[in-house]
Parts: sequence; structure tokens; C-alpha cells
Amino acid sequence: MSETPSFQPRIVSPRIRGATVPLASGGSVLITGICGRLGKHLARTLHRERRVVGVDRRPFLDKPKDIEHAQVDLRRTKLKDVFRAEAIEAVVHLGVMHDPRASAADHHSWNVAGFTKLLEYVGQFQVPKLVVLSSANVYGPQPSNPQFLSEEAPLLGGQNFSDIRDLVEVDMLAQSFFWKLPETETVILRPVHILGTVHNAPSNFLRLNPVLTVLGFDPMVQVIHESDVVQAIELALRPGIRGIFNVAGPEPVPLSRLVRVLGRQRLSVPYSLARSALRRLWALRLTTFPPPELDHIRYVCMVDDRRARQVLGFTPQKSLEQTVLSVDEGRW
Amino acid sequence: MDTSKALARVDALARGARAAAGLVRRLAGTAEDRAEEVLERLLGESFARRMGRVPLALGPAGVDPFGLDPQWAKYALATLGLLHRKYFRTEVHGIANIPSGRVLLVANHSGQVPIDASLIGAAMFMDAEPPRIVRAMVEKWAVSLPFVSLLFSRIGQVVGVQENAKRLLAQGEALLVFPEGARGISKTFDQRYKLTEFGLGFMRLAIETDTPIVPIAVVGAEEQYVSVANLEALAKLLRMPAFPIIPQLLLPGGQLPLPTKYRLWFGEPMRFNGDPDEDDAVIDEKVWLVKQTIQSMLNRGLKERKHIFW
Repeated sequence: MSETPSFQPRIVSPRIRGATVPLASGGSVLITGICGRLGKHLARTLHRERRVVGVDRRPFLDKPKDIEHAQVDLRRTKLKDVFRAEAIEAVVHLGVMHDPRASAADHHSWNVAGFTKLLEYVGQFQVPKLVVLSSANVYGPQPSNPQFLSEEAPLLGGQNFSDIRDLVEVDMLAQSFFWKLPETETVILRPVHILGTVHNAPSNFLRLNPVLTVLGFDPMVQVIHESDVVQAIELALRPGIRGIFNVAGPEPVPLSRLVRVLGRQRLSVPYSLARSALRRLWALRLTTFPPPELDHIRYVCMVDDRRARQVLGFTPQKSLEQTVLSVDEGRW
Repeated sequence: MDTSKALARVDALARGARAAAGLVRRLAGTAEDRAEEVLERLLGESFARRMGRVPLALGPAGVDPFGLDPQWAKYALATLGLLHRKYFRTEVHGIANIPSGRVLLVANHSGQVPIDASLIGAAMFMDAEPPRIVRAMVEKWAVSLPFVSLLFSRIGQVVGVQENAKRLLAQGEALLVFPEGARGISKTFDQRYKLTEFGLGFMRLAIETDTPIVPIAVVGAEEQYVSVANLEALAKLLRMPAFPIIPQLLLPGGQLPLPTKYRLWFGEPMRFNGDPDEDDAVIDEKVWLVKQTIQSMLNRGLKERKHIFW
């Protein structure tokens, strides 16, 4: 982290394989989960340069005209029609369900069965590029974590937090697909806590007022702005890029510093009290934070993002202030 | 439950907490002044000036990637400085041997409580030029304890895993290791100043990262707490690293370590090369060299020592 990013973005020569056209010149990109905030953000960034096809079971409100949207459940065979209809150049899989309130069975079948279906079609229609948005959460916060986890670190996220197991499984499925079908360039991105207008746990957490922290703990944390994640996905779409990349935003800071940047009050609660209160609230459906997520504000779960900086050519564009303050933008 | 009443109670609580936080902040303000004062007296220069010469990899937010915050280090160093200069009146020899850049400090471990580590840290900041902040590796369980984990992180101590050690050395830091580990620190009094078995990990690390090793002999720690026995079975039962029997703890005031005079001997840097993944037997020979150096430094230090307490 300390080394200044003095690298030259590596120029990757587009490999011409058969009739495949280098991606920069266009070709359809299929985005699953396009109706989420991150999906929309990515679609709006990509659709001016290339054709974008979206798949989501939710409706796409205020959709730009040139984006094709299929309101399809990933688990349905109807998904295949999207692949049949036109030549897909790249698939970006954002459609991972993170909703902790959804039933475990639904969650699991959506994430695992849905993704397996998607992988099947990517293989069958010989899509040259697959980008999967995983998360640094797959490593899991642990007291024994090294300060910076490399891409080779074991995915222990599900150890104390069973709901995250399908996310680990999605990551693993993508990894095995990487080896099974080497013709497809598979990229797995593992970004740290994404902040922005997105409604994910870290952004919602920082929207609390006062922000809850655990007494006697103040772990170092990494955050990334959603537009930097979009940038990383764009970089991953370039031909020649494959593999697993940890993606991190500005330099790591203590959690308390994030709260200070936000200008919010901090409420420190002893762990045992916080856990029992959160369990009670969770049982009453009064909170969206599952109790095991408290570990994220106790222990470190930070990544070593050197590979993304050197190979992917990724540099975060947003400063720490911009990243953190973005959780309050466009809230209402 | 009546919601409005509950909310009112929460509100009152929050107000109380805020008032308490204000008080704490005011107290912290005076504590900061005190710490500055103490350090200035001990150092003969301002803390900020000395800290400014420490080679650190601070980010724009004023903390290093491992969470070291000079603001926190100030309080820790003021406390350690008093122990170092006033309570244990440490004599420091050969600190000019510390090379600039990355270095592995290898010391004997003794005294039931790791005061030896703190005093090496104090000496490296207060007596070395340029001053250094020593990074030591802490046990994993310590990181799961509230406040302890926070304090350790802010004063630059890191979880004891190999990745962290390599990263710190790559960052050019001074890393302190005790190859004896818990075996060394919980020795009984009759075993004082006899080195126990050394682990091999530090040598592999030094070879792999091409880091010089500075051997350190700590004289004076063994007498701070006199342990007559170590109940290993009980320690195992309680899942503690050791269970020493220290009679002085029963005396009034005996809980404090005895004010022995510490003597720190820094040896000349040793360099090793070869294959870090070599057989244990080969690595062991190199470790033996370091161990013998420390043992002979200890013997010399003991011989030159006129009295335990002064």
C-alpha cells in the first residue's frame, strides 16, 4: 500500500481469436443484476461505447433506450434466449443475491443454481469473456488474518457467518470455470467494502447516525467508491486480462476515521451487548444487519491489491473523502 | 413496551454518554500535555521532532497501513520512557550497531511479563539515531481482546503471521522477535539466563528477505519476578502458555516488578544467506550461531554486572 503507484499500465495486446473482435470496438455485453444500483451505474458507463444487454428479474425503470433488458430469472431456461438472440462478447455477473432477509433456500438456489446456468451458457455459446463480481468478504474478518490478504488466501468468510457461504461458492464456481474452459477469459474481482448510492451493508452501516462501533476495537478498513468498481470492471473487460484480482480504493484507515470524515457521532458498545441487542433486533426484523457482521467492525479483512494495480492497471480515482461522503449522496 | 418511553430513555442515555465523552475529551487533553511534557524532559527534544526522524510509511491519513498512529504512540512512549529511564534505569550498549533499513532484532525472552520487549522498543526510540519504532508480533488471541487489540494496532504491533513479517521488512521496518517464545519468558528462577530452544522461523525469514539480524542480550529481566515453579499441567488445563508460581505477588506491592537495573546489549549485525527452504538441520546450524552469540553476550553482561539493582 505504501508503494506509490508508479507503474505503467501494462499494454495488453488484443489477442485475435477466430472471429472475435477486440472488445474496445464493441460487441454486446451481458450484465446480470443490471437493475441494482451498481448494475445501472455500469450500464450507463458502458452503453455509449457498446451494446449492453441486461438480465434481471426486477424491472429496469428509466432505462436508456439503447439498452436491451430481459426481465428473466437467472434460473429459468429463458435465459438461454438472451444468448441465442445475439452474439454476446462478454458477461458481467453482478446478479449475486446479498439480501440477508431472503430465505436460505432461495438465496442458495439463486446464487448457485442461477450462476451455474449462466456458466453453462457462457461455455455453450463460447463467450470470450466472463467477469464475476465477488467480494473481499469471502476472506472473512478474522483475528488471525494477515493485515493484507493476497488472492491466494483461503476463503474463510463462511466460517462464522454461514449466509456468506453461497458467495464463497459462487467465487469457487468461477474459479473452477476458469480452469475448465480456458478459452473464456474469466476474471474474478474481489472489491473491498463498496460505498456509494448502493444499498449494501457497508454503505447502510455508514448511514447510521450515530454509527455503531464495538468498544475497544477500531480495525483498519478499506473502502472503494462504486464508480471505481465500475472502472475496475471496465478494465477487466479488456482482452487479455484473466485471473483473480483484489480491488481496493484509497489507503486503509481506522474505522473511527471514516466516521470522523462523515462528521457523524460514534456510539461504542461492548461486544456482548452489541451482539445480544443485534440478535434481538434481527429476530424482530428491525435491522438489516445480521449479527455475525459485527466481526467486520472488530477484525481486519483487508486485501493486498498490488496485482490489480500492476496487471489490471487499476488506480482508484476517488479520494477517501469522496468515497466516504458518497454514502449520503442521492439518498432520498 | 411503550415506544415513546423507551425512546426517551435511549435519548437520556445518549445525552449522558455525550456528557461523559466531553469529560473524557477534556481529561485526554490534559493527558496529552502531560505526555508531551514527560517526553520532552526524557528526550531533551520535542516528541514531534524525534518522531519526524523515524522512517515510517505513513499514509495521507496519518496512519501507516498496519494502523500505527504517532498520536497514540506518544502516550505509549511516554509511559515506556518513564519505565525505561526512571524505574528500570536501563543501560544501553552498542545501539549504534543497528543498521538503517530493515532489520530483525533477536533477543532472549525472560521475566514472566514481556517488559523486555517494551524496553527494547523504548531504547530504539529514545536512544537510537535515527530513532526507530520497533514492530513486534503479537499473539492471535491478543487481537481478539477489546482495547488490547486497539492499543497494539495503534502503537505498531502486528498479528504474528508470516505475511505481516515479510511486508513489514519490505517496508524497511525493525522487527523484534523472541525465538524462545513462551518457553523463554516463563522460565523458573533456577534456569535464569540459560537460553531455551530457539525456533527456526526467524532464520528462514531473515534468509528469504535478506535481512540482517541484530542479536540482543537483555540482562536484568530474570530477577524482576522470581518464579519458583511452573505448573504446566494446570496451565494446559487453563489453556494458558504457562502458570508460574511467583511468591512476591503475595506481598503488598509485590505485584509490581522488582526495580532491577536493566542492561541491553546490542550485538553486531549478522548476515546469513542460502536457501530459506533448506532442511531443519541446516537452518539449525545458523540459528545455533545466533543463539551462541546471544548466550555469550549474556554471559559477558552478567560478569560485568556488579549488582542486580544498580
